[in-house]
Amino acid sequence: MSSRLPLVPENTEPLPSLKENQGMLTWVASVDHKQIGLMYLIITMVFFVVGGLEALLMRIQLAQPEMSFISPEVYNQLFTMHGTTMIFFVVMPFLIGVGVYMVPLMIGARDMAFPRLNALSFWLIVFGGILIYYSFLTQSGAPDMGWFAYSPLSEKPFSLNKGPTYWALGLLATGISSVASGLNNIVTILTMRTPGMSMRRIPLFVWMILVTSFLLIFVIPIIASAFAMMLLDRLLGAAFFTPAHGGSAILWQHFFWGFGHPEVYILILPAFGIISEVIPVFSRKPIFGYEFVAGSTVAIGLLSVGVWAHHMFAVGLGDVANLYFSFASMLIAIPTGVKVLNWVATMWGGKIIFATPMLFATAFIIEFVMGGLTGVAIASVPIDWVVTDSYFIVAHFHYVLYGGSMFAIFAGVYYWFPKFTGRMMSETLGKWHFWLTVIGFNMTFFVQHFLGVMGMPRRTYTYHDFPYWGSMNLISTIGAIVLAASVLVFIWNVQVSLRRGKKASNNPWHAWTLEWAASSPPAVHNFDLVPPVRGRRPLWDLAHPEQPDEPNAKVID
Amino acid sequence: MEKLGGLFNPSSPEMEALAGLTYYTIAITVVILAIIVFAVFYIIVRYRKSPADKEEPYQNFGSLNLEIVWTLIPCAIVAVLFLLTCNTMKAVDPPVDGHEPDLIIIGHQWWWELRYTKSGVITANELHIPAGKYMLARVESIDVIHDFWVPELGRKIDAVPGHPNYLWIVAGQPGIYLGACAEFCGAQHANMRIRVIAESEEEFKEWEKQEIVIPPTPRSGLAGEGARLFQNKACMNCHTILGTAAAARVGPNLTHLNNRQTIGAGVLTNTPENLNKWLTNPQKYKQGSLMPNMKLSPAEVEAIVAYLEALK
Repeated sequence: MSSRLPLVPENTEPLPSLKENQGMLTWVASVDHKQIGLMYLIITMVFFVVGGLEALLMRIQLAQPEMSFISPEVYNQLFTMHGTTMIFFVVMPFLIGVGVYMVPLMIGARDMAFPRLNALSFWLIVFGGILIYYSFLTQSGAPDMGWFAYSPLSEKPFSLNKGPTYWALGLLATGISSVASGLNNIVTILTMRTPGMSMRRIPLFVWMILVTSFLLIFVIPIIASAFAMMLLDRLLGAAFFTPAHGGSAILWQHFFWGFGHPEVYILILPAFGIISEVIPVFSRKPIFGYEFVAGSTVAIGLLSVGVWAHHMFAVGLGDVANLYFSFASMLIAIPTGVKVLNWVATMWGGKIIFATPMLFATAFIIEFVMGGLTGVAIASVPIDWVVTDSYFIVAHFHYVLYGGSMFAIFAGVYYWFPKFTGRMMSETLGKWHFWLTVIGFNMTFFVQHFLGVMGMPRRTYTYHDFPYWGSMNLISTIGAIVLAASVLVFIWNVQVSLRRGKKASNNPWHAWTLEWAASSPPAVHNFDLVPPVRGRRPLWDLAHPEQPDEPNAKVID
Repeated sequence: MEKLGGLFNPSSPEMEALAGLTYYTIAITVVILAIIVFAVFYIIVRYRKSPADKEEPYQNFGSLNLEIVWTLIPCAIVAVLFLLTCNTMKAVDPPVDGHEPDLIIIGHQWWWELRYTKSGVITANELHIPAGKYMLARVESIDVIHDFWVPELGRKIDAVPGHPNYLWIVAGQPGIYLGACAEFCGAQHANMRIRVIAESEEEFKEWEKQEIVIPPTPRSGLAGEGARLFQNKACMNCHTILGTAAAARVGPNLTHLNNRQTIGAGVLTNTPENLNKWLTNPQKYKQGSLMPNMKLSPAEVEAIVAYLEALK
């Protein structure tokens, strides 16, 4: 055997280089985690605008009782697509995208563990989105069975249109993407940390991404198999979920929520991560109780897979099942409460700079606590019997997903924009964006709590003129218009700041995690030299050699 | 000031128990929210960095004792909430205890079929009950999942195909209680309304007596023409009228439509003029409804309206 024989032929062609100007190809063909991360952010913002317009059309239809601005069929397509878009094509890929961009930088790595898998994950999201939106062009329009697609409504003969088929196929594609991202993140975080970056020193955002990634690889296969069964039912005449042919309507709900409830934590845990980065930096203090913020995340992750049937209290599962799921759901309030109190304690005694990221993070605490508390209330079975499937639920989950996830996303964009682009975002426009968001958001959703307990079911294209229903809905619609204006201000801010924003230094916020040691924007190879990691805040240790974090930083040993 | 509905107007012992539990829970959560909001606002005022201040604050990494305290306090709150839940469940949803149902409620896309098991009365969308008396309903669905919800009387319950559920229905006082389907069920989910009419025992008995009468079929005049059209124009393929060959269960039983307050599961009030409009084009008032526009001529519509009005 000759050891001189090359195993791989020598490459004589020069490889495509990012240094050459190849236009769009440098993006489309990229396997660089930063470019892929930015593409995630751009595509999710496009979907955010589309999903927002769908919501705005619905709110206009509901402005007054018995309006006929849009037809019932179109209304049903709009709320189905709004929910699907916001969950699968906005919040989830946005948070994964920030993770793809930030995780390697935060742990001092060169890239993700599997760069090409990373690109595949991104492009599958785009593909899934196109597949689902393409259904608008089919004869019978987009899916119209609601984002949780309860069977047998989503089955033949009740949905003979093609929408639900496109929907299941598109989401199957994004499901593959999510599992791939989850694996990629786990391997990256477990194996590619820079020397000194032990698991007890990784930034909390990385902890949250790690727990989220485990949730992704555990729960996405549940829904992916349910989608496959639904497609078999719809296309090949199987009967998994059709009671008329011996299937079970409730089985779909177990599969759906077996994925769907952990999904809620997939949508919020990375948001917690962003908040856990922003609050310490702008309070000029380390996070209070690092171990407890990280540990409570693991607890939430574990509990979240055992609470799905709290979405099904009205189904008639019996007292024993209902009480178990009620108790398990309430337990989640404990680790979540621990987190909120740790954020508040981080701010306590700090010297707080209320720049736009911190404004969003501070408002996040209050809005999220609102959504969290209504969540604890509806974990109580009898209260759930009153409010489930009413506008109270719509209010509750928008407080969690807009007041929570979206506020954190905005905090994250304002915080990391200088790192992404090398320019600061405008603080003036940022403050406009913030206040319009707070006013518009609360105006839209707060009144919906009352509409719900007064008897307004969700997903209704119109309503009778019951006392105060018209005026409350009008308030909500005006709020939605203000919220839409806030998004325009945000987009304007991004546009203006990209071109004319103040040049950002490498570390404009004087933050402490490794991504701020790279240049703004980071070089292709991320770091020339990764700073030494001797604690959780490497850049603090560099700036304050007289007062290093360790050994004092550990609350428990 | 008009009266607020739903939770703000509990009209059955079940709903009162529910409202009580909700108010306790809201009180607890409002206190927690107030503490957090107060703390955040205090921090905003007290710990704002002044531009001149260049010093970093004291670097505090946490406190094991505080973590233990604020883990145990939520544990206690959760325990209280859970006990309240357990205590209220039986009061809100009394057990069936082997009773036979008095009522069968069947969800259809997009109306409710109501069958009284003792008297044999079959009607739609408007549920008559004697005030103060508990009626056990078996809730079913014939097509997709629906949900029976009368906000002032109690809990929601899903109508699941292949999985019957049971619900005790009671109204403390006579009156009309409005409800609706609460589980998204397709195009006209918004117009699948429920009207519970609670009346005195005598009125209820009287209503039941009227409902089981088999009305004579008119043979002559406009109503007689309407009766013939009802048979010939495919109305009978979906609807039942007692005493005739029309016995289908796809649409509501129309034998005593006269006795009902609304048409189309709450879309229109039941007057001859509205019935005329509805028959001319039901899709205009309930787009997507399974009742097609039968393209009847105005004369035909008038005859069928006369027939349905004549049934007594």
